[in-house]
Amino acid sequence: MSEGQSLKRTPLYDCHLEAGAKMVDFAGWEMPVQYTGVIEEHRAVRTAAGLFDVSHMGEVGVRGPGAEAFLQRLTPNDVTKLVPGRAHYSGLLTDHATYIDDILVYRLAAEDFMVVVNASNAPRDFEWIASRAAGEAEVTDESERYALLALQGPRALGMLAPLASPNVSNLKYYGFAQGTVDGAPALISRTGYTGEDGFEIYLAPEHAPGVWRKLLAAGATPAGLGARDTLRLEAAMALYGHEIDEATTPFEAGLNWVVKIDKGDFLGRDALLAQKGSGIGRQLVGFEVRGRGIARQGHAVVSEGGPVGVVTSGTWSPTFEKALGLAYVPPEMAAPGTPLAIDVRGKSLPAVVVATPFYKRPKPG
Amino acid sequence: MYPRDYLYSREHEWLRIEDDLCVLGITEFAQHELGEVVFVELPEVGQVFDTNDELGTIESVKAVAEVFTPVAGEVVEVNEAVVDDPELLNEDPHVDGWLIKIRFSSADDLKSMMKAEEYEEYVQSGEA
Repeated sequence: MSEGQSLKRTPLYDCHLEAGAKMVDFAGWEMPVQYTGVIEEHRAVRTAAGLFDVSHMGEVGVRGPGAEAFLQRLTPNDVTKLVPGRAHYSGLLTDHATYIDDILVYRLAAEDFMVVVNASNAPRDFEWIASRAAGEAEVTDESERYALLALQGPRALGMLAPLASPNVSNLKYYGFAQGTVDGAPALISRTGYTGEDGFEIYLAPEHAPGVWRKLLAAGATPAGLGARDTLRLEAAMALYGHEIDEATTPFEAGLNWVVKIDKGDFLGRDALLAQKGSGIGRQLVGFEVRGRGIARQGHAVVSEGGPVGVVTSGTWSPTFEKALGLAYVPPEMAAPGTPLAIDVRGKSLPAVVVATPFYKRPKPG
Repeated sequence: MYPRDYLYSREHEWLRIEDDLCVLGITEFAQHELGEVVFVELPEVGQVFDTNDELGTIESVKAVAEVFTPVAGEVVEVNEAVVDDPELLNEDPHVDGWLIKIRFSSADDLKSMMKAEEYEEYVQSGEA
């Protein structure tokens, strides 16, 4: 971003100010990091419902008779298994099977897909997809078409159902429908980034503030990027630039389930086959801090005096009231119960490997 | 908002003089920037520090801030209440949220510190 260029704003900018948001620069967008406080917003999502503005994310349309085959070759997950009304979590991988971005792929119709990408990578991802389509599929940047609200928490369904059509209680996880919310045309998907039940609502920008206000009136708590990060970390969900990046493969990140290696050829497949044969050199694990302090991204995991790994994300967990995080360690140190030493500003902070996710939402009934 | 009888540093610490002791804490501005405090690490009683040494750290969910001492001296008391209940720093940074008491060795260090009005201007200017 060049000096003096102003930050972009979503259609909900005024709503954020109304709600008392503290705004920060995120990926060139002026976004709410918190309203009443990260801990309070986090707990609202875990116990009731929080409402996030994620309109800054990018949407890419991929259409045409060749769209399925194109996406099947471009991404590691199996696009042929998607029926209209289903989405799946996937990735854009390089030839070395390392991550350009993690993505959601929605199938709207037989020849109509929407790829949702991270805000921080949106322009690059669009170029990546468009430049590889080479007449096989029509690729369009749809990001300006959509505002995106995420309503997350055990009470999300109760708040959304009276406002939405069709009947959103029938939506399965990763299922979506094209209907309305508060009369506004919307794509409603049962997806999220918090580990709770919830919905992501794709809307035309002009309808977003009205739907935002209706959902707040229904009892949702505005929640910002700060809580978004503590929530996804408790659910052990990857964040680009932390757990995944251009030096990381899905196998190292524990995202093996995203890779359908037998589906046929795709970009990065050869590298993944090779890694399957040779084994991974490092493995992503969850850890809990046992000493006093918080381990954060970049802090080294040390053993016998030297660095052997690195923390990718770390925070203080509002649900568990302790410091926890994710780190890359040598595979031989990846078993739950393994003690770790983390170098935090020159001091050794003891931690222990634990199984992930840290948080799993309670089963209903 | 900012007590008139305190002195303030550019790093958002405040000092209250009690005879030969300084009571030290962080300001309302600092706690607001940090967010909800979850850990406070303070020095031990008896530790001796130079001007601008790092005394300890304050951690919130999303950030860690080092606390520096504007004065050289010896730590004579530490606020255990804040260690046990870090939220005190957010609730009452200027009184109950005090961090340490230092017996300071020279009043010269105090000369470069700001009075309340100056500190208020400093935080409002956007340079803080």
